Amino acid sequence: MSELWFFFEVLLSGMFAGTMYSLVALGFVLIFKASGVFNFAQGTMVLFAALCFVGFLEMGLPMVVAALIAIAIMVAWAFTVERLVLRHLVNQEPIILFMATIGVSFFLEGFGEFIWGGDVHPLNVGIPDDAWFVGPDGAMMIQQFDLSAAVIAGLLVTVLALFFHYTRIGRALRAVADDHQAALSVGIPLNQIWVIVWSVAGFVALVAGIIWGSRLGVQFSLSIVALKALPVLILGGFTSVPGAIVGGLIIGAGEKLAEIYIGPFFGGAIEEWFAYVLAMFFLLFRPQGLFGERIIERV
Amino acid sequence: MAEAETLNAPEVGGAVQRTFGEPVLTLENIGLGFGGVKAIDGVSFEVRRGEIMAIIGPNGAGKSSMLNCINGFYKPQVGTITFKGRTMPAMDPHFAASNGIARTFQNIALFRGMSTLDNLMTGRVLKMKRGFFWQALHWGPAQKEELENRAYVEHVIDFLEIQAIRRTPVGRLPYGLQKRVELGRALAMEPEILLLDEPMAGMNVEEKQDMSRFILEVNEEFGTTIVLIEHDMGVVMDISDHVVVLDYGRKIADGTPDEVRANQQVIDAYLGVSHD
Amino acid sequence: MFYREAGIFKTSYASDQALFRIPLDRLFVIGVVAAAYLVVPFVGDQYWLGSILLPSLILSIAALGLNILTGYCGQVSLGTGAFMAAGAFMAYKFASNITWLPIPVVIVLGGLCAAAIGVAFGLPSLRIKGFYLAVTTLAAQFFLLWLFQKIPWFVNYSIAGVPTAPPREIFGILVTGAEASPAARYLFVLTFAVVLALVAANLVRGRIGRTWMAIRDMDIAAELIGIKPLNTKLSAFAVSSFYCGVAGALWSFCYINTVEASAFDIFRSFMVLFMVIVGGLGSILGSFLGAFFIFLLPIGLNNAVTTFGLPIATETITYIEFMVFGALIVFFLIVEPHGLARLWQIVKEKLRLWPFPY
Repeated sequence: MSELWFFFEVLLSGMFAGTMYSLVALGFVLIFKASGVFNFAQGTMVLFAALCFVGFLEMGLPMVVAALIAIAIMVAWAFTVERLVLRHLVNQEPIILFMATIGVSFFLEGFGEFIWGGDVHPLNVGIPDDAWFVGPDGAMMIQQFDLSAAVIAGLLVTVLALFFHYTRIGRALRAVADDHQAALSVGIPLNQIWVIVWSVAGFVALVAGIIWGSRLGVQFSLSIVALKALPVLILGGFTSVPGAIVGGLIIGAGEKLAEIYIGPFFGGAIEEWFAYVLAMFFLLFRPQGLFGERIIERV
Repeated sequence: MAEAETLNAPEVGGAVQRTFGEPVLTLENIGLGFGGVKAIDGVSFEVRRGEIMAIIGPNGAGKSSMLNCINGFYKPQVGTITFKGRTMPAMDPHFAASNGIARTFQNIALFRGMSTLDNLMTGRVLKMKRGFFWQALHWGPAQKEELENRAYVEHVIDFLEIQAIRRTPVGRLPYGLQKRVELGRALAMEPEILLLDEPMAGMNVEEKQDMSRFILEVNEEFGTTIVLIEHDMGVVMDISDHVVVLDYGRKIADGTPDEVRANQQVIDAYLGVSHD
Repeated sequence: MFYREAGIFKTSYASDQALFRIPLDRLFVIGVVAAAYLVVPFVGDQYWLGSILLPSLILSIAALGLNILTGYCGQVSLGTGAFMAAGAFMAYKFASNITWLPIPVVIVLGGLCAAAIGVAFGLPSLRIKGFYLAVTTLAAQFFLLWLFQKIPWFVNYSIAGVPTAPPREIFGILVTGAEASPAARYLFVLTFAVVLALVAANLVRGRIGRTWMAIRDMDIAAELIGIKPLNTKLSAFAVSSFYCGVAGALWSFCYINTVEASAFDIFRSFMVLFMVIVGGLGSILGSFLGAFFIFLLPIGLNNAVTTFGLPIATETITYIEFMVFGALIVFFLIVEPHGLARLWQIVKEKLRLWPFPY
């Protein structure tokens, strides 16, 4: 019986960890939908936003101020990227844009560490960090931290969904996502839209960075962990917000379960690749993802 | 233009009636849908050896989808295609290409990063058999094969009068020339049936005349059967022997240009029916 | 004036299809290769041969490999490091278990194993394209490295887990392992680089190269003229991984002298990708230029800092390196997607007129 409880404990903690992947994946989806750019730098943006936030905290600023400045920096970053990179690569092949974002990612990582240093920065924003024990004899442990993180992630997704459905900017974004040229022709300013999505993605990155930084410390490895958002996208489909959420949960739970139940037979650490290999098999059988639309090709 | 006149001659005189051999390609009751939308609905026709056939119809009538079914890019859900003595529910693109069906595209689908010569040489891919080893050496049989195919491609280049742009990356060529290179790539495959998807779209009168001349010459010199989609009715009626008219995915007429021109349904489809 | 096409008349398609269509080009390349064989080993000191030219040449081979996949066939890979590791570890298995195998054969076998693995990870490329594929190559990167680290069979159950590269000879001269002289290792690697560059140049100007480029430029049209997309992509994966595998084996056997997975982490994959982008997508020469440039850039930065005595910490230089790399990539993709190779071409075009202005 307790084994079953243990199973659920692993499953839940995996899903909670998965919400973090979802958050990063969400940033990817936003940018991909609005500009067709597969933004490899999203993971680095998580690291960079968190570095800025923690850096200002360490300078003694209050948390709200630090967060506001960090947001302002992410907006400035969005502006810079649009001006210096995206604007010059309009109408280029997706693969070129993708490689450009790899360059952007390297630059941002170097820039962040150049300013804030490469040490691990501990971060505590007051998210409760005790454990609850539920079930008979407390057979199952739930980290309050995980739960709070999941709640924050859920809130963020809801806010974004409302933003997209009920605001003018949201409608414009969806129009751009559908067809760039058509959007341009009805007078939606494409460049501004890009700045806005990159800013929103920067904001999402900040939230993800704060939550992740509180757990792992703000450090270089965040940008590598954030790469796990890529398999999440493969599962969820690149254009689907619900897909990003569900994909994150599946990947999070899947890799935790695999690590606990299969890992010991192979010397452990299969968490490192499980998500990617799962995504790869997924690609073989359902390339458009769980929620993605099947694309009809024309000639 | 002398060509244009000779081209009109049979029309004007109405005396020259070309005759054609057996059907090379038969489509039977083809049906194709995307989700709920029916692109093609129960269309049948046959293409005879050596003829120039045109598929016409208003936008969205299913013309391009029809070509896509013929060379296997789309798989129809209903119906059969008979080609080379084989009756199949759908064509396989590789089978089509290796048995002499070549095509051009409505929106030019050239390999933009490659030169004109290389684009034409890709048309010869199926004719080249030498394996990896010889390719890596680029010597002996591989070189011999390369040169033989180069000679054929040069023949096509001469035919289409594109010698001057041999080494130019096709991405830099003007639209009309790109269309011509695309035709060249299809010709390099030595096709038995040539599918042309709006070969004259967006061209000026002179370019259209050139293109018409090439199509007629290909048909005459190489005996290639041609199936084309075209919106320019003047051109269609001038050069084709056989016209199929589609509307909303259905065939509404099938016959010689004159028969089709006189068909009431066709007139309705193009001009709209008055409801009074 | 002296370097030009005019006046060179070709009377057969054979001469028009030649590797270098202008005699001066051919002479130049032959001259460079001859100098690399006959002059450099005698002039270069240990540092130049062993620490600059040797690794740059090996990375050039890897860059050639990735360029075939990305530059010619249009499929992005972030798993170059893993395929290099596959070549290194499998070559080590062959060398240590079949000790009589000549070392060039060992290296080639390592490359062939890498090719087989590359094909396996290339399979999803039938149904997906572009950056989707990046994810499966990431799977290769993380999975293979994990495999080589966790499964002791790959290192012959060595206790330390990091075996040294076995010393092997050609014509009685040591060419691998720590004992071999830098000049011997350099010549050994140079031979691989020259032969593989020639093979790559031959492949890309023949049928196979054209099918790769057709898939890259317009995969649907390519399929409709009878090119089989899966075969074509897999052949690119195979050749590419073979090159990477050979590079990995040489890296382990001739440069770092140990067989360890950490030498082939994801950072290595990115570096090779950068070499290809900076050098020039779809260019053989570019692979070499890019590899030398990206490998030498950090060394140059470091030297500049020490020469000028700038008070910059070592970590800070690393961060600056990252920024420079990132900025360079974006710069080249925007300004000159054909990279250094294209710049070289522009120089040649200028030469065509020199010394007259028109």
